[in-house]
Amino acid sequence: MKKLLVYGVIALPLSIAAVFTGCSVDAEIPEELTKEDVKFYVPQGFPQPVYNFAANPVSIEGFELGRKLFYDPRLSRDNTISCGSCHMQSGAFSHIEHRVSHGIDGLTGTRNAPGLWNLAWHQTFMWDGGINHIESQPLGPIANPVEMDENIANVLVKLRNDANYPRMFEAAFGSDTITTQRMMWAMTQFQGLMISANSKYDQVQRGEAQFTQAEQSGLATFRSKCSSCHTEPLFTDDSFHNNGLPPEPTVMDAGRMRITNDPADSLKFKTPSLRNIAITGPYMHDGRFVTLAQCLNHYSGTMYPSSTLDPQLTSGIPLTAQEKSDLLAFLATLTDYTFIQDPKFKEQ
Amino acid sequence: MLSAFALVSSCKKDPVDPPPVDNTSNNNNNNGNDTTPPTGNAVCLDITHVVGALPLRLDQTLRYQNLNGDSFSVELVKYYISNIVFMDSAGNTWAEPESYHLVNAADELSCKIYVENMPAGVYNSVSFMIGVDSTRNVSGAQTGALDPANGMFWTWSSGYIMAKVEGHSPSSTQAFNAYVFHIGGFSGQYAGQRIVSPSFNSAQAIVTSSTVPLISVTGDINEWFQTPNVIDFSSVNIMNTPGPTSTMFADNYMDMFTVTSIQN
Ligand code: HEC
Ligand code: HEC
Repeated sequence: MKKLLVYGVIALPLSIAAVFTGCSVDAEIPEELTKEDVKFYVPQGFPQPVYNFAANPVSIEGFELGRKLFYDPRLSRDNTISCGSCHMQSGAFSHIEHRVSHGIDGLTGTRNAPGLWNLAWHQTFMWDGGINHIESQPLGPIANPVEMDENIANVLVKLRNDANYPRMFEAAFGSDTITTQRMMWAMTQFQGLMISANSKYDQVQRGEAQFTQAEQSGLATFRSKCSSCHTEPLFTDDSFHNNGLPPEPTVMDAGRMRITNDPADSLKFKTPSLRNIAITGPYMHDGRFVTLAQCLNHYSGTMYPSSTLDPQLTSGIPLTAQEKSDLLAFLATLTDYTFIQDPKFKEQ
Repeated sequence: MLSAFALVSSCKKDPVDPPPVDNTSNNNNNNGNDTTPPTGNAVCLDITHVVGALPLRLDQTLRYQNLNGDSFSVELVKYYISNIVFMDSAGNTWAEPESYHLVNAADELSCKIYVENMPAGVYNSVSFMIGVDSTRNVSGAQTGALDPANGMFWTWSSGYIMAKVEGHSPSSTQAFNAYVFHIGGFSGQYAGQRIVSPSFNSAQAIVTSSTVPLISVTGDINEWFQTPNVIDFSSVNIMNTPGPTSTMFADNYMDMFTVTSIQN
């Protein structure tokens, strides 16, 4: 904001419109980060996070290094795909308008890229929960043959031979030694700070805003029919359920069972957080639904019968047309515009 | 062992890898060992790998035979040894701190494990884990021997590969007759770690401030394929998820080590 002021002063004799121009010019010039910008905090009403930053204290330099890595295509085999290619800030770090993501060589995977926020509160990562720690998470996409298809040992070589990275590792960690661990720590500083807690819903909780009638009824419906799994304030129980989607016959994604080898986990997927849900479509693990209305129609329709179907859903979730439109109004209040515009998460 | 679902959906890790390549094998700095050998308050566990009666040679020659009668080559052997504990004649135990060692049969240095900063004493037994304890499997990014860049970490289903062996056998039905066994899984019934205690046979390792006893150990890779479970390469030739098959290997490699001599 400091810079905005400066531009404002320059623009003083000009019209209000010029001040706005100043604003957009400002957005292109990277802000100097302050200590305050990179402070991890627990938003009001949130539980304690799973990840403890005490062993990986966030610094401006560590955060900047993590950001550079997140947007660096050299993390992929042919230097074309970065984490940011599939996780775009304007879509709350989901892959906008991609049912499933395409990665290296134009190959497509079988799963939808979820948005990224409040990751420090996750016990597990990925739709099947296969990754058990935020620090190990980036290793998954880097190695995945249809995402970045690169060997982490090669990535380290690329970083060591780069003109800037050794200096940035030194600034962040005290020496220019580049190890997987330090790389993952930096990426965790960046990803772990992606806190989304300033949607209209949050503002209402803090008494700073008010719901409309429709949003208020939508919340009531949500609390009676959805929040057992999409639990507030994170809007996920961080657990695995079969919510009655028929498996896609060509993929036959077994979900959690792929990790546990336990038939009781067949077709179970991690409950996704519904924060920012209006802007993270397409929906579900395979991106099968384009609109939220389709998601609601799924719940009010026929469930795919299977022994692992969640017991709460045996006869679906009856929803009237009114309840559906109220739910949609409520879900739209979960979009956090501060988060998706926060300049500190932008590619620099 | 796997259901059809698990088979078709394991797309992230192509189960039919081409013949084994390993680009981390000449990385000596990451095996958890110091580069300069200690001169005292230490022991050296010196592992010589064999396959049954034959010395281990890492190449494509089909010189070995398992109990099932399959001939095979061995081209890659890597495994973790961790949580080393020595016991002295008075029954006191000493546990090596940060005890994680990656043994790579292709890298001679990694087969000599120096256990350092030991209190002087007369030790008459050792125990250690083949594999990595569950704690380090759930604690995020590790370094040294446990650096995921060492190629012993599953990225799509977090956890260490405790041990791996790769090669070829005409019995294998995989492409190029390759076989690939990666034994992992860190908790529950399919855990791949095993604690072993190869006997000193009443010999002793006498540690002083100026001696480093040399404990010579053979590590028999054939044991991975037998006792108690005879592996038939025609039906078991690829494995890279925890499950009943990986535990067969874990139960097998428990008796791979034999202490052959201790030089004080
Ligand atoms: C080719 C597209 C693509 C690229 C590149 C990519 N991702 Fe992802 N990301 C995905 C998909 C798809 C998933 C869901 C995967 C699954 O569940 O199996 C995912 C899941 C995640 C998750 C888990 C979120 C959750 O709620 O569980 C995180 C965190 C993440 N990615 C971060 C990253 C980072 C960091 C990088 C760069 C190292 C990266 N991604 C690169 C597509 C991509
Ligand atoms: C039994 C637990 C459960 C209940 C109850 C439940 N959900 Fe879900 N929901 C899930 C799971 C699990 C998924 C992910 C399923 C998948 O992708 O296979 C999901 C996915 C979604 C998605 C897609 C999210 C995304 O990012 O792709 C939306 C939207 C959604 N649910 C809304 C609702 C609404 C609205 C209700 C109440 C009417 C509800 N859910 C009730 C478990 C539940």
